[in-house]
Amino acid sequence: MTDAAGDNPSIEIRDFSFQLGKKQILRNVSFAVRQGEFLSIVGPNGAGKTTLIKCLDRILTGGTGEIDVFGRPLASYRQKELARRLSYVPQADGRVFPFTVEQFVLMGRYPYLNPFSSIGKDDREALSEAMDLTGTREFADRRLDTLSGGERQKVYIAAALAQGADVLLLDEPTTFLDYRHQAEIRELLARARRQSGVTIVAVTHDVNLAALESDRIVALREGSVVFTGTPEEVMKSDVLERIYGTPLLLMDHPRTGLPIIVPNASQEREP
Amino acid sequence: MSRGSILAVSAVAAVGVLALAPFWGMEHVPLAALWGGTDDYTKIDILWKIRLPRVAMAFLAGAALATSGMAFQAMFRNPLATPFTLGVSSGASLGAAVSIHLGLAFSLFGFSSVAWFAFAGALGTVVLVYGLTRARRGFSTATMLLAGVAVSFFFSSLILFLQYLSDFTRTFRMLRWVMGGMDNVVGFDDVLGVLPFVVAGILILVYLTHELNLITTGEDLAAARGVDVDRTKMLLFFAASLMVGAVVAVCGPIGFVGLMAPHICRLLIGADHRYLTPATLLFGGAFLVLCDTLARTVLAPTELPVGIITALLGGPFFLWLLLGRSSEVELA
Repeated sequence: MTDAAGDNPSIEIRDFSFQLGKKQILRNVSFAVRQGEFLSIVGPNGAGKTTLIKCLDRILTGGTGEIDVFGRPLASYRQKELARRLSYVPQADGRVFPFTVEQFVLMGRYPYLNPFSSIGKDDREALSEAMDLTGTREFADRRLDTLSGGERQKVYIAAALAQGADVLLLDEPTTFLDYRHQAEIRELLARARRQSGVTIVAVTHDVNLAALESDRIVALREGSVVFTGTPEEVMKSDVLERIYGTPLLLMDHPRTGLPIIVPNASQEREP
Repeated sequence: MSRGSILAVSAVAAVGVLALAPFWGMEHVPLAALWGGTDDYTKIDILWKIRLPRVAMAFLAGAALATSGMAFQAMFRNPLATPFTLGVSSGASLGAAVSIHLGLAFSLFGFSSVAWFAFAGALGTVVLVYGLTRARRGFSTATMLLAGVAVSFFFSSLILFLQYLSDFTRTFRMLRWVMGGMDNVVGFDDVLGVLPFVVAGILILVYLTHELNLITTGEDLAAARGVDVDRTKMLLFFAASLMVGAVVAVCGPIGFVGLMAPHICRLLIGADHRYLTPATLLFGGAFLVLCDTLARTVLAPTELPVGIITALLGGPFFLWLLLGRSSEVELA
C-alpha cells in the first residue's frame, strides 16, 4: 500500500442516517476508511455497528446521506460489481447446509461467474491462495456443519478473501472464539493484510483487541459517531466512559505500554 | 462414489423405472404394443392412453414437486419447507372444492373444470401471498412464510366449510381430490398442458444454480457475494409456485415428495445445487412413478390414491429425519 491513504479513501460516509421501522439506528454518521488501513468500529451493544457495516455492503438498503465506494456513489454499483470491491464476514450463525469447505470457499467467486459458467483457472487460483493463507486446506473436504466455531470462522474468512475484494468487512470476527482461535484469527488477518494489502474494517465491542491491532478506531454510541482517532487516543478513561457510558479501569499492557481495560471487581464482593 | 457417478447411477435408475413402469400392472401389456405390433387394440390403448400418459405425468409431477421443495428449503433455509408451505396446495384445493360444490362440469382445452379452478386457486394464492409480503415493503422470507401459513389455514377452513355445505357425493369427491393422484389422467392432454410449466420452472431453477447455493448460506452473505437477493427470491418463488400450481391442478396435492426427495438427495450428493438439482429432479420423478405404480397395483383392481403411498413412506422418513438426524434439523 502506498502513501495515498487519506487522499483516496476506499469508503467515505457522509452524514448517513438509517431507520428500521420507526427506530433510528444510525444518526448523521461521517467517517472515511483509508486504503490499506485496519479500521475498527467499536461501541456498546445496540450502538448500530452491525447495521452500519451492512449498509456499507448494501445488505441493508435505504437510509439518507452519502456513501462513496472508491470514489463512486454506492447506489451506482451493481451488486456483483460491489462484491468485487467489498467482501463481508458475518457474525457466526449456526445454520449451515452441508456444503464442503471447498464448495463454500468457491462460492466467494460468484461475482466473477455467469449463470452457466463453471469454475475457471482464475477461480482455482483464488481458491488455493485463500485456503493457503487461512490454513483451511487441511479440511477442504470436510462438511461445514462438522467444523468447530474457530475452524468455521477461518473458512468464512477464506471465502471472503477468495472473493478478491479490496476491502474486507468483518462483523465481530473473534467474539465467540476461545483465546487460541482468537489469536489465530488475528494472526490470519494480519497476514492477509501483509500479503494482499487488503483494507480491513472490523466491527467489535472489544475495544482492547481493537486498540491492539487497528490503525484507527471509530466509536459509535446510540447510532452516532462519538470518537474517531488512534488507539492511543481512545484508551483514555474519559473517552472510554463517553463511549461505553460506564467508568472503566485501565492499566498498561506489559508489551505495548498502551493502556488496556481490565475487568473491574464487583462492588458487592469483599476483597 | 463421486458426485458425478451418483448422478449417472440415478439417471440410469430413473430411465429403468420409466421403462418398466408402463408394462407393470394388472393387465399384461406386451412390449410390441409400443409400436402397434399386436392385433390386440385394447392393449395398445391401455399402453398409449392410460399407462404411458400416467407414467409421464407421475414423472413430471414428482420432478416438479421435488425441485420446488428443494428451492423452498434453500430459500427459507428451512429443512421442513415443502412446495406447499406457501399455501399453493390449499389454494388449489379450495378452487377444486368450489368447482365441485357448484357442480360445474365443463372441459376447456382438454382440462376439466376442477383442474381450471384448482389452477386458478393456486395462482390466486401465489399472488395473494406475494402481495401480502410486498405490502410490508421489502421481501422478507419470514413474512412470506407466515403469510403462506396463515393463508393456508384460512383456505383449509373454507374447504371444510364447503364440505359441510355440500351433499354426500360432492363431499366425497372433494375429499378424494385432496388425497391426490394420477388416476384421472387419460391421454396426453394433461401431460402436454403441465409440461411447459414444469420445463420452464426447472429451467429457471437451473439458471439460478449459483444463486441457490449462495442463498442457502444466508441472505446477507448472498448479498455480500453479489447476489441480487430480492430478484432471486422472486424468480424462485414464481418458478416453483407456477410448476406446483400446474401439477396440483391436475394431480391434486400429493404430499411428501417435495419434502423427502430433496433431503434424500442432499444426504447422497451434498448441498451443491449443480448436482442437487438434477439429482432431485430424477429422484423425485422416479420415486413418484414408483409410488403410482404401487398405487395402481397393490390393491388391484382398486386403486389407492398415490398421496397415501407417498405419505405412508414419507411419514416414517419424516420422523426419522426429525429424531435421528439431529444435525440436519438444527437448521430449522
